[in-house]
Amino acid sequence: MCLGIPGKIIEIFHVDQTRMGKVDFDGVNLDVCLEAVPEANKSDYVIVHAGFAISRLTQDEASETLKYLKEIEEINNQIIAEES
Amino acid sequence: MNKKELPTKAALIQDSLELLSKLLTQKWSIMEICGGQTHAFMQSGLSGMLPEKIELIHGPGCPVCVTSLELVDKAVAIAAKENIIFTSYGDMLRVPGSESDLFSVRAKGGDVRVIYSPMEALNIAKNNPDKEVVFFGIGFETTAPSNAMSVIKAKERNLYNYSMLVSHVRVPPAMHAILSSEKNRVQGFLAAGHVCAVMGTEEYFPIAQQYQTPITVTGFEPFDLLRGILETVRMLENGSVDVANAYKRVVSSSGNATAKKIIDKVFDVCDRQWRGIGLIPNSGWKLKNSYAKFDAELKFNVGDISTHESDICISGLILQGLKKPHECPAFGKQCTLQNPLGATMVSSEGACAAYYRYGNN
Amino acid sequence: MRLTIAMEIINQRPMMKENKFEKFTCPIPIDRGQHVTIGHGSGGSLTKKLINSVFYKHFSNPFLDAENDFAEFNVPNKIFDRLVTSTDGHVVDPIFFPGGDIGTLAVAGTVNDISMSGAIPKFLTASFILEEGLPMRDLMQIAHSMKGTAQEAGVQIIAGDTKVVQKGKADGIFISTTGIGFLRRDLRINGSCAVEGDAIILSGTMGDHGIAVLSARNDLGFSTTIESDVAPLNNLIQSAIDAAPHIHVLRDPTRGGIATTLNEIANQSKVSMILKEDALPINQQVQAACDILGFDPLYVANEGKVLIFVPQNEVDDLLAILHNQKYGGKAVVIGKVIQSESSPLVLMKTEIGGTRIIDMLTGEMLPRIC
Repeated sequence: MCLGIPGKIIEIFHVDQTRMGKVDFDGVNLDVCLEAVPEANKSDYVIVHAGFAISRLTQDEASETLKYLKEIEEINNQIIAEES
Repeated sequence: MNKKELPTKAALIQDSLELLSKLLTQKWSIMEICGGQTHAFMQSGLSGMLPEKIELIHGPGCPVCVTSLELVDKAVAIAAKENIIFTSYGDMLRVPGSESDLFSVRAKGGDVRVIYSPMEALNIAKNNPDKEVVFFGIGFETTAPSNAMSVIKAKERNLYNYSMLVSHVRVPPAMHAILSSEKNRVQGFLAAGHVCAVMGTEEYFPIAQQYQTPITVTGFEPFDLLRGILETVRMLENGSVDVANAYKRVVSSSGNATAKKIIDKVFDVCDRQWRGIGLIPNSGWKLKNSYAKFDAELKFNVGDISTHESDICISGLILQGLKKPHECPAFGKQCTLQNPLGATMVSSEGACAAYYRYGNN
Repeated sequence: MRLTIAMEIINQRPMMKENKFEKFTCPIPIDRGQHVTIGHGSGGSLTKKLINSVFYKHFSNPFLDAENDFAEFNVPNKIFDRLVTSTDGHVVDPIFFPGGDIGTLAVAGTVNDISMSGAIPKFLTASFILEEGLPMRDLMQIAHSMKGTAQEAGVQIIAGDTKVVQKGKADGIFISTTGIGFLRRDLRINGSCAVEGDAIILSGTMGDHGIAVLSARNDLGFSTTIESDVAPLNNLIQSAIDAAPHIHVLRDPTRGGIATTLNEIANQSKVSMILKEDALPINQQVQAACDILGFDPLYVANEGKVLIFVPQNEVDDLLAILHNQKYGGKAVVIGKVIQSESSPLVLMKTEIGGTRIIDMLTGEMLPRIC
């Protein structure tokens, strides 16, 4: 039910008083409604579903690399815990 | 650790699978509630890599699959009327109604348009003031803020030629319905990450406690799903019951307060028919009276719709996790991707379509 | 005055985006406000005027200049022992898209179909169905594109036809092309020739054309800088055959994407295949667009790519040649042919080490929210 992917806000504008953002996904630009993430600003990452931003991520959390690092660290800690 | 030293995705998954095997002392049946999770399990091949002690039961979290037959028939009837531009998310176009589907209406000359976002439907309404523009507002909680916003903006902009045919469904009542059923086999749940991004995780604690069933909120990448299974298995093996959040980068326990306000402004909770399952109380949303002018069901009198399902389709049993697609006698024979009998074969994330497309791993 | 005229002509064009792909290359001056009319299809002097000013002007060659309703040509039979023919109808919407237009598509598409047999494409015929009201400027641009693509491919357009239908009966313009090629007597390349052990090579990134056309349609609200990969591949293919004399199958994965084409070949050759997801070449923007819309890039259309089935021992030489070719820079091995257990299957080893089945495309690919 939930096709949502992270993108970076590169521009904020208003259309008929609706707060919108131009969001970049690896070079693809989409106009996204930002009404549900009033705290999101330019350069923030948001999760976009059906042209609507539903959640904001910090830049750190959006980074794929860091995602892995955290996952690996946690899994390894768990393995160590299990084996001890 | 720099990028070059990062293990591959495959290595990370292998490590996690090893850990999972070490934790398991018995069989467990875990339901992934969301069709997007089903899709991700199957497309990545992860479902075929899980230890045999894990049984994945596919849940009814596919809004395309569970939209009631009556509403599909109403959509078809409205779309076929004169002077209508009928807009919909792509998933709904091939869902079979009693006699027809939206694709067929388009083939016969109806103006049926696929859109990516309901704001596009608003633009269509603005650019076609002499036509009625109807949007098929399906979805779970993830899609509710977007659908709600279109109605809010329609009212603000006086776009009275815009209306929404609402078919919203909510996850927690569905979980109640599944867990309280006599035939329930689900011992742990993977909750839907993007639903929880909107609604938070608070609603799930009473469910976990009432049914003594651990729940983990997950994302949609393979390692997100595997993390979810690991957390759930850990709780099952320990005999503990809790709601764990394995998608913290997107989900907070309180969810998105602004999004929830947008939903509350437009929708009231209501009972809803789930195709193949039946009526689940308080499991849906409908438009509030203040937005009645934008309610397509009130606007368009489509008369008495007499619905009839295929006799052989067992979508309902599959949606409740009581049968698997390959256990259906019609699977792959009378019912294929090309000729679907029910919604679970039509929707790109319906369990039957996933099994057919990706192979029963 | 001239600037105003130019701006008006630009404003008449449908679906114009930020002009990233527009080029004013046609040198022929256009009368302002000229459109195709029903009269142009009547067969009389208006038709002749249209054919002369558009088609003969761009496609001029001795065959057309003879002004017959047919073209005759010799068949050299020392090296070649077969003629190859293929036909295609082109109905793309919009007719102008980033990287090309319906004219480029019409020529490249049929040149490629002929080339997939190993034949050298020589001649094309082109039949035009024009919608009343089509701006003459658009028709000129399309003819110009066809000329350019034909020149690149080294083919001549030697026969044609033009009809005009009432407004609303065609999406601007439909083009049908039929191609003729000459095939060497020593070549046997077709879809039933794949054998166990063959390497499967893809000549470049997948999904570019499908996403470029979708973004040009502008109704899904996203924009990219992706251009269609539409291109004539005959020169690339002839170089490939020279480098790897035992190529078994050539096919261009057009509508339905790589997945559909591989399934077709699997069924024709009665073999199974296994792909490596890690190896699939894809442009980052195409992947992002697919992620947003819920598309699987394996099913998105291409118009300038070829799948090559070749014995393992010829892979290195073939890749070396492809990498030096205009349209082969990103060629890569994406999988191999394996024995078929029961029925032919296309499988894929996923990024995480799992296995899944790759089926054919069913129906239209639709953007999804789930």
